[in-house]
Order: sequence, then structure tokens, then C-alpha cells
Amino acid sequence: MSRVPELSASGVAVIAGKGGVGKTTVTAVLARAASDAGLRVLVIELDGKPTLQTLLPGLEVRSMSGADSLEEYLRDHGFARIASRLVSSGVIDLVGTAAPGIDDLVVLGKIKQLERSGRWDLIVVDGPAAGHAISFLTTANGMLDAVRGGPVRAQAQDVLDMLADPERCQVVLVTLPETTPVNEVIETAASLESRVGVMLGPIVVNRVDAFGEMPDFDAANGADNDEFDALVAAAEFRTSRRAIEKSQIERLADVLPLEQIVVRACPVAGLSAADVQQLADELRGVRNGATP
Amino acid sequence: MTSLIGELADAEVVVCCGSGGVGKTTVAAVLGLEAARAGRRVVVVTIDPARRLADALGLESGLGGEPARIDLPDLDGECWAMMLDTSAMFARVVHEHAEDAEQAERIVQNRFFLNMAGSLSGTQEYMASEALHLLHGDDRFDLVIVDTPPSRHALEFLNAPGVLARFLDHRLFKLMMLPARSGMKLFSVATQPMLRAVGRVIGSDVLADAVAFFQAFAGMDVGFRERAEEVTLLLRADATRFVLVAAPQRDTVTEAVWFADELHDQGFAVTAAIANRMHPRFGAGTSAEATGRAEAAESDDTARLWANLAELRLISERERVEILPLLDRLGGAPIIEIPLLAEDIHDRRTLDLIGCFLNDPDQVV
Repeated sequence: MSRVPELSASGVAVIAGKGGVGKTTVTAVLARAASDAGLRVLVIELDGKPTLQTLLPGLEVRSMSGADSLEEYLRDHGFARIASRLVSSGVIDLVGTAAPGIDDLVVLGKIKQLERSGRWDLIVVDGPAAGHAISFLTTANGMLDAVRGGPVRAQAQDVLDMLADPERCQVVLVTLPETTPVNEVIETAASLESRVGVMLGPIVVNRVDAFGEMPDFDAANGADNDEFDALVAAAEFRTSRRAIEKSQIERLADVLPLEQIVVRACPVAGLSAADVQQLADELRGVRNGATP
Repeated sequence: MTSLIGELADAEVVVCCGSGGVGKTTVAAVLGLEAARAGRRVVVVTIDPARRLADALGLESGLGGEPARIDLPDLDGECWAMMLDTSAMFARVVHEHAEDAEQAERIVQNRFFLNMAGSLSGTQEYMASEALHLLHGDDRFDLVIVDTPPSRHALEFLNAPGVLARFLDHRLFKLMMLPARSGMKLFSVATQPMLRAVGRVIGSDVLADAVAFFQAFAGMDVGFRERAEEVTLLLRADATRFVLVAAPQRDTVTEAVWFADELHDQGFAVTAAIANRMHPRFGAGTSAEATGRAEAAESDDTARLWANLAELRLISERERVEILPLLDRLGGAPIIEIPLLAEDIHDRRTLDLIGCFLNDPDQVV
């Protein structure tokens, strides 16, 4: 059964999670799956890393940086003539500090505009790492409190309207099937629900072991001593780690009433575009290139 | 070389760098425990500790802004831990430099200052270096271990004066720090077109807070600069060591390589890198050999056990290839391998398991 229809319910999907859980991988897999299912997809990354484009040949990937976006925004709002000195004169730092999160707000404003344009069915955003994800998404609220009027306030209101509308926006949290990442995603979900009125989409559990159950270790009996030790140690290792994963996935399901999407672990130390295609096919239930 | 712990025996400061999610905080904590085992009086400063780590260390109320001693009755030395409280640290530094309590209060209650303390990129790193300086001077400890923020900004920590310079050297801020003496205003927003334009974007009252901050801060910048110089000297001392933590995943290795290059460019030497959560090898054979045995196996179950071994070895082999780019960038410093354990790290026993590897000279890649 295809998972992608859930994602197409929203114009913007912000992929969020702590550092190291594989947000970029999940962004790529979801984007590829959505595109293969026929949606017009745009991918946005916020950290200046070229990885996503490498993982998604043929898809449109745009890089947005808070600093560049803020500079562009200021240029459009009264600083056109002195634009070249915005950084060195201290204006960027002054504005960025006096109105913290304004750079994030401007980025969200640009995303909102892309969403409004109707050119894409789904905009997948490789969001900032979890701590920053919360401030990234709460910046609009803070700005409404702090700034009385003018373009920034109007921008904040528009962004809040988008974030609060489940038809237009959702946050997809990513975690690993391990104790600390699950603790962290539970905290992040709680913070997002209490502080931002944004809809939480499915939770993606990344790098889940797909090897399957181990047989009885007696099956190693034919091997010589060293081989026997290696076979049993490897089997015990796998069994033990699978048990940890299983209990964490269950705990996550108990605590968070969100649908879980599982992305399999690949026996590699870094994914390629082909791996992403494979994982996207699995997500859509595609076998050997046949469409579901 | 001896083990990593051996190499750090005469260190006074250890800085742990690396991206998020590689186990940096756990490594910092274990380095602390092992140093305490060797008789040192250590304090570990973390930025964003997982609740579980605090639990594993036996600190029931979590980690606070002041060092708390970990109960280690079996060890000769002492290990303390604290979480960096950026805002509290900044307020403290302001109080130390202000001419009087009144000036300090004006600053620490100012909205612009609170924003700086809470969210300006670079402040957390700057305060980490201040905490380092403070703890280094604290007689309770002879070793400070710093777990840096999990981002590229972490290296701004090495450049504490650099963060300050953004504020002290730009024209706009020098302007705002000019005194506004009664009767003869040397400075007013109304006469500054750039500030007026800023006011139109963020609002005049938000701008007024910023101006009030700089007016209050004027004069303190000298003391801050001197302090920053002291921190820089401490960071460049021989007794300060750098440890890079990475996991054998391409993106964290890329970050570690970036850190190594940056440290090198700024004239710092890396003592060692740690490749954390490496899949174990399971015997001397290769993945391909195990696959061959799986194909030739007599029963499905036996084949499956061999296939399992083959896959785990494959991951291990690929991980070892993945960390190679880092080896070249360390200027001869070694990579220490910490294996991925079959169980979760959640208590003293499992933390000590990790510690064994840091004490073992054979763990060098």
C-alpha cells in the first residue's frame, strides 16, 4: 500500500529531527517516492550542503540560507542602496539579533510564496536539526509578539497561517530505533504540539534492521572453532540489536499516536542515489519496477 | 602511541569536536570517567546532554548550570559534570566586567542582550569558551573536558574574540556606543539613515532596546577584549588538546574532515580522532568469504547464519573505507575505534565498556 498519498495531503512537508538521524536521507526518499507517484516535487535544503542534489538526480533542489535570504529581504525593504555593506556595517547582525529568528522567518516566507505559486504539489524541506527546528517553526509567533507593525509582522502572520493549516503544511519527524533518539523525538513532538500549531505527519523511523529473525545457533555446529565463534557472535549481535530496535519502535508507538513509516537500514556507510531510489520504491510497495 | 587516555595524561583542557549524533557527549563523559579513574579531578562541560546520559551518570536531577559531582566511590579521582547555561554564563560575565551593579543590571535585563544571550549564533560557542576559562581557573579541577556544540559553529569557540568583534568593530555598533550626553547628543537614531531604515523593518521600540544595550555596554568592551585574549592563550597552550569525534557515516566523516582542516588552518593540532559506533569485525574472514560459505551451506539455517555474518562484515568493511579520508587529515594523529555495542549505553557498566576501548592502545585504526 502506498504511503505517499498521506504526504500529498500537504503542500509543504518540513522534515525535522536531531542531528544524525538521517533527515537528509529521509527527505530524499520521500521526495523521490512522491515524484515517482506523479507529484510535482520541489526540495529545499537549508544548510548549504550539496548532498541532496547528488541523491536526487533529475529533481529540483534549491538551497536557501537564512543569511542570504535576510540580506535579500533587507535589500527589498529600504536597504537597496547600501546593500553591499549590510554585512560589514553590522546591519545584518543588528537586525538578526534585535529580531531573533528573522532570518528563519524570511526563509519560511519564501517557502510560503513557493507553496502559493501552485507550481508544485509537494515541497519537501530538509529542516534544521531538532533544537533549531523548534525555534525555526516558532519564530513567527515570537515575531508577532515582538514586532508591532510593518512588513515583518505581516510576513509573520502569513507564515503562521500556512503553518497552522494542515492542508498546506505538516512536520514529518525522523528518528532512529534507539533509546536516546526516540526520547528526543518524543520531546520534540511534545514541544511542537504545545508551542506551534502545526500538524504532525507520520513519524519516520530510519535505519531499521530488515535482515529478519536469526535461526537457532545450532545451525553453526558444522563450523570449526573460530568460524563457530564468529557465526554465533554475529548472530547474537544482530539479535540483540533487533531486540533494542523492536522495543524502541513499540515504545514510540505507545507514546506518540502518529503513523510510523519505516525506512530500512542499508548495509552501506553512505547512501547513493541508487540506494535512495531503492528505498523510495520500497516505500511505495514497488517490486522490480512494477507500479503498485 | 599509548592509549588515548594515556596521551591525555598531562592535558589540562580537552576539547571534543564533531557533528551531531555521533556520540560526542557520551565520549566526553567517558573521557571524564576514565580520567577520574587515573586520579584526575575532572569537570565535563556539555552543551545539550541527553537525559539518559545524566541518568547513566547517576545525576538524578539532570545536569545543571553548576558542576555537580558524580558519585564514583570506586575511583581515585573525581568527575564532575555540568551543562552550559548560555544565558546565565553571559550574565555572569557581564557582572564581572561591569563598573557597577547598576550597569550590569541595565544590560542583563535588556531585551536585545537577552536575544544575544539566547539566540545569536556564536554566543553559545563564545560562552563555552568563557566557561572553559572559568573552570580552568577553578581549584577544584585539574582537567576540563568540553563537549562543543554539534555544528560547524563549534569552531567559533576557538575564536572567542572573533564573535565579539562582530559587535565591537562594525561601524554601526561603534556609533551606537557613542555617549549621548545630556544637552549634547553625540548620537541619535534620527540622524542615522541606516538605523532609521532598520527601525522601519523591525519596529522603533525593538531598535530602541538595541540602542539602549549598546549605550549601557559602552566602555565594557575593553575588558571583554582582554578576557577574550586570555581565553585564546589558554586554547593555544600545549596543555589544551583537541579530539575529533566521528561515526563511520559519510556525512559525519565529511564534517570531521572539515573540522580537522579548520583546526589545522588555525594552527591547532588534533591529538586523536575517534571513530565511534564502528560495526565489529567478527573473526578474521572477509564478507565475500562468508557469502561463499552461505551459498555452499547445507541447510537454510546455516546459510542464513553465514549470510548474517557476511552482511555485518560488509558493513564493517565499508565503514573502514569510509573513515580513511579522515586519516590523511590528522597530521599523523591516530584514529581510535570504539565499536558499536550490542546493547544500549545506559549505565556505569556500559559507559565503562566504552572506557576500556579508550584505555586500549590496540584500538588504533
